Amino acid sequence: MEIAYVICVGVLTFCGVFLCLRGRTFSVVVGLTMLSYAVNLFLFSSGRLNLEGAAILGMTDNYADPLPQALTLTAIVIGFAMIAFVVILAIRARADLGNDLVDGRDPPDTNKMIKSNEGKS
Amino acid sequence: MTLHLAILPILIPMLGGLLMLLPPFKGPTRYNLRRAASLFLIVAQLISAIVLIKAVIADGAIMYAVGDWQPPFGIILYADLVSSMLVLLTSFLGLGVTLYACAGTDREGKYFHPLIHFQLLGIYGAFLTNDLFNLFVFFEVLLIASYTLIIHGGGKQRTAANVHYVILNLIGSSLFLFALGTLYGVLGTLNIADMAIKISELERSDQLIAQAGGALMLVVFGLKSAMLPLHFWLPQTYAVTNAPSAALFAIMTKVGIYCIFRVYTVIFGDQAGELENVMQPWIWPLAIVTLIAGTIGALASTNLRLLVGNLVIVSVGTLLIAFSIRTPEATAAAFFYLVHSTLISAALFLIADMIGQQRGKALDYLVKARKIKQQALIGVLFFVAAMAVAGLPPFSGFLGKLVVLQAVTLTDERIWVWSLVLISSLMAIIALSRAGSTIFFRSIQGNDNNSGASVSKWQLSGALLLLSASPLLSIFGASVLEYTNNAAQQLHDIDHLIQIMNLNGDVQ
Repeated sequence: MEIAYVICVGVLTFCGVFLCLRGRTFSVVVGLTMLSYAVNLFLFSSGRLNLEGAAILGMTDNYADPLPQALTLTAIVIGFAMIAFVVILAIRARADLGNDLVDGRDPPDTNKMIKSNEGKS
Repeated sequence: MTLHLAILPILIPMLGGLLMLLPPFKGPTRYNLRRAASLFLIVAQLISAIVLIKAVIADGAIMYAVGDWQPPFGIILYADLVSSMLVLLTSFLGLGVTLYACAGTDREGKYFHPLIHFQLLGIYGAFLTNDLFNLFVFFEVLLIASYTLIIHGGGKQRTAANVHYVILNLIGSSLFLFALGTLYGVLGTLNIADMAIKISELERSDQLIAQAGGALMLVVFGLKSAMLPLHFWLPQTYAVTNAPSAALFAIMTKVGIYCIFRVYTVIFGDQAGELENVMQPWIWPLAIVTLIAGTIGALASTNLRLLVGNLVIVSVGTLLIAFSIRTPEATAAAFFYLVHSTLISAALFLIADMIGQQRGKALDYLVKARKIKQQALIGVLFFVAAMAVAGLPPFSGFLGKLVVLQAVTLTDERIWVWSLVLISSLMAIIALSRAGSTIFFRSIQGNDNNSGASVSKWQLSGALLLLSASPLLSIFGASVLEYTNNAAQQLHDIDHLIQIMNLNGDVQ
């Protein structure tokens, strides 16, 4: 179980970081969503993974740590609200700036610049 | 009343801000009512902060268990000399900003005043909490308010800057949660005092994980406080947003600095066993590079607000240098400098806005343009603020830099700090005098400028209020320094904190 869990968190984080580094707001928003999923799973696992543990006293002998569950719940709510905000902001940026690039303009074409410099010299 | 004093600065803006969203205060015609309510609320916060600081001075630090759930299980608010001083500073800054915004910035959008109060709520909370997860929650509160304040009034540049700011801070929040999960996984607690106890009892393998968590946390606080190499967002964002918001954001980098002081003094401080001052070797070189980068940025700035943004980075570098010395004296010096630099950089943002308002299309760009309408008035304001921020006597900047320099005791540290801080002050003087002479003296000759709005009494009162802090800080320098000394002693006295939290081993 631990291995599967770790791989899930790792792959989600990897995808999230990769997408956050892209140039267009859509992929960045998806990347942020994946990062927040990864972080929720990670927080949940900080109380150790165990099966059939009760979070309420007096139910069984085997208890799960209830605090990470509360933390994850809070993190989900906050993360969800923030993602909603960034989606709206991305739409606003698309309208204000006329494109969906994070920088608001096309990145400079380095190949072209190198070629024009070579032409000069 | 006195029982719940510690939570009062959080409750007033929260309830007040929510009430200001209701119908009696809504609509484009009721802006006078909104202004009155907002000013009333900020004065109430200022009074509650003064009462709190008096109570803390008289009776010592206050622990407030929310819902009466005792530590280490409940969420704890903790008002000591440091946090109550910063709460007072924030509410004072809030008053200046609200006064200035009443001149018209608040009418560019619908919800300026409630947002200002939510922002203040987050900042007070971050200063007062003693629980790392609670700190995260208050960070999010202040961030979401700042996201909307930056874009307040709209415009292409603000949207572009805001996209960067929001995405960067969302990634920062994710990292914060990763750090919290890591630390909770090994320590089993998020109460700062309890973590300070647990961290020295860790096994070798867990120590490495806790160290990784602490390093992740430093990335987050570094992003908030604009520590190099995480400072690139700051100058542009602060330069394009509206002036009152930019002035209020002067305290936001200081929230990051405060968290660095709190976390790396109490948790990873002198009592942390193997992890003692584990981040100090990282912060020391980064602080120096931050100072250099801010200075170069100040010299290269093309407009006044960009220049002030870079001076904020210089002040962050100075504060981090004072942090990495790790003595109570240096911490005391840092707190004095923190109060001064927050108020003066906020005042400079407001003055830059007033200058931009009277120069037509040239705004606050450092180019030859027409004369400013109220040259004498704004010139005097700028001159005082520039002298204070550059560290010239008789203003507070001189005293602030002096105490930071005096706190450096080791010789090889002294060579670095003295030369760098003094050179950066010189460079700041050059940059500011270049800016001042371009704006005030190199104007297009001929007819006087009568266009552009005069400075309103709201704007003047806001800027004067913040600026008056500088001479006051020098006049009452001795008592303020004595206070910051006591505050620093209290911050470094971790046993005292553990005692107040009732965590002396008899709980567990």
